Amino acid sequence: MELIIQISYLLAAVLFILGLKQMSSPVTARRGIHWAGAGMVVATLVTFAAEEITGNEQAATNVMLIIIAIALGGGYAWYTGKRVAMTDMPQMIAMYNGMGGGAAAAIAAVELLKAQAAVQSGSYSSIPDYLGADVTVLAILGAIIGTIAFSGSIIAWAKLDGRLNTSKLLPQQQLINLILAVVLVVLAVNVYLSGSLNLIIAFFVLALVLGVFITVPVGGADMPVIISLFNALTGLAVGFEGYVLGNAAMIIAGTVVGSAGTLLTHLMAKAMNRSVANVFFSGFGTGPAAEASADIGGTQKEVQAQDVGIMMAYATQVIVIPGYGMAVAQAQHKIWELTQLLTEKGVKVKFAIHPVAGRMPGHMNVLLAEAGVPYDMIYDMEDINADFPNTTVTLVIGANDVVNPAAKKDPSSPLFGMPTLNAEASQNVIVIKRGRGTGFSGVENPLFVADNTRMLFGDGQKVANELIQAVKEL
Amino acid sequence: MIEGLAALYIFLLAGFTGFEIISRVPVILHTPLMSGSNFVHGIVLVGAMIALGIAETTSQQVIGFIAVLLAAGNAVGGYVVTERMLEMFKTTGKQDNKGAHK
Repeated sequence: MELIIQISYLLAAVLFILGLKQMSSPVTARRGIHWAGAGMVVATLVTFAAEEITGNEQAATNVMLIIIAIALGGGYAWYTGKRVAMTDMPQMIAMYNGMGGGAAAAIAAVELLKAQAAVQSGSYSSIPDYLGADVTVLAILGAIIGTIAFSGSIIAWAKLDGRLNTSKLLPQQQLINLILAVVLVVLAVNVYLSGSLNLIIAFFVLALVLGVFITVPVGGADMPVIISLFNALTGLAVGFEGYVLGNAAMIIAGTVVGSAGTLLTHLMAKAMNRSVANVFFSGFGTGPAAEASADIGGTQKEVQAQDVGIMMAYATQVIVIPGYGMAVAQAQHKIWELTQLLTEKGVKVKFAIHPVAGRMPGHMNVLLAEAGVPYDMIYDMEDINADFPNTTVTLVIGANDVVNPAAKKDPSSPLFGMPTLNAEASQNVIVIKRGRGTGFSGVENPLFVADNTRMLFGDGQKVANELIQAVKEL
Repeated sequence: MIEGLAALYIFLLAGFTGFEIISRVPVILHTPLMSGSNFVHGIVLVGAMIALGIAETTSQQVIGFIAVLLAAGNAVGGYVVTERMLEMFKTTGKQDNKGAHK
């Protein structure tokens, strides 16, 4: 039986890797998740036969508890996962990720408690004496990482879901976090050495608090980076706990996610011209930076949907730049309808996606795909930036910071250095926006007052509808 | 059981594998892929089941139960959400996907 279990774990690990590999191309992506899903089912089923579970005196109770817990946790996730709107995807990913981190930490807790009980009964002198030094170290490391990913992800979920709007908790937050981190390390060392129950509890509580304290000050605009980082951290924690349990599938899957997630986090941070450390410590987009940015002067010039419709219908090329605002307004279906109308009239329409448009990289692609936009109409920033001067109309819908020219020109702007889409280089820029305020990061955008820019105020979906009518009437 | 140096090899090779997988992914798939990798670390469910399986005292059972509960949420939620996102990519009418994303 042991051999069958081990081979099944190996099979699961292979399916995970092949699945992830297939997810790297739009053509095979769907098959990829099905393969990975099959791997998960196989691994879960064979685990019921594992000797650790069947050999325990309490096997009957424990198996029952396992089934109940899977039904409850899985049922809840199934229900919420099916219901969540595409726009709210990022916070759900944060939530499920946090649950994984919490699970890894809980595994470590069970191991440490078992070891602690053994020490207390007098048969072992310390925790590493019972578990082994390597296992103890990795269990504790996994516990720290998993717990921080757990509480941090929940804060990230609450912030993205609009349930938590504060970015300020305590004065000198960074200093306090640093002190707490040092205390946590000291506690971890003492857990290793002494094995007292109170220390273990204090250690977990402190890690929970630290996760919260680290995440609260992070600005909304940086959330994708944080979610990606926590995803990588959970993977790492799972890999470590896999070593603790001697489980190859966990080690492989956890480490693959850990390294893939780390690279993804780095790519995202780079797209925003920020380092990961910067995201944590600069508090960008949390208020002071926005207040400090200078008044840019100039006025925003308004335009009516009727005129924009005519302008686009007679254009040679139109580029659409979607942002989070489009997601909030659920305007992607209307925009696709508009695109089809324009294409019929012989206008070339392209979609330009900034790497960090929306709340996660690729967020816009998912929404456009949902509306039915073929992915060969969608262009990455590097591929389309040279094309803006040949463009009659650039339609910016619900995007702001990703088209801010200050990022290229104004060294005093908090965005300075971030690569942006060259919307300002096109002949006309139309910005669909709900109001005159600043964007998610709170930084003023000189594009909005540029000579070739006209503002089209209103809800994205309503405005898109008006544009469709305007084009139809021609 | 995997111990010592063998585990180190696994860590190392798996790390490189993850790096390789992500380095060739177009931006278009970053969110689904993050979600997909989020699902993959749902394998923690297997460990959580064992943690609850080896539990002997009530407190260990409670924590083990929480572990399985959370891990099942990770695995199932990660799958459902990823599947929903990727489902949308089937709607492209064109076979040719050259040029747009590299």
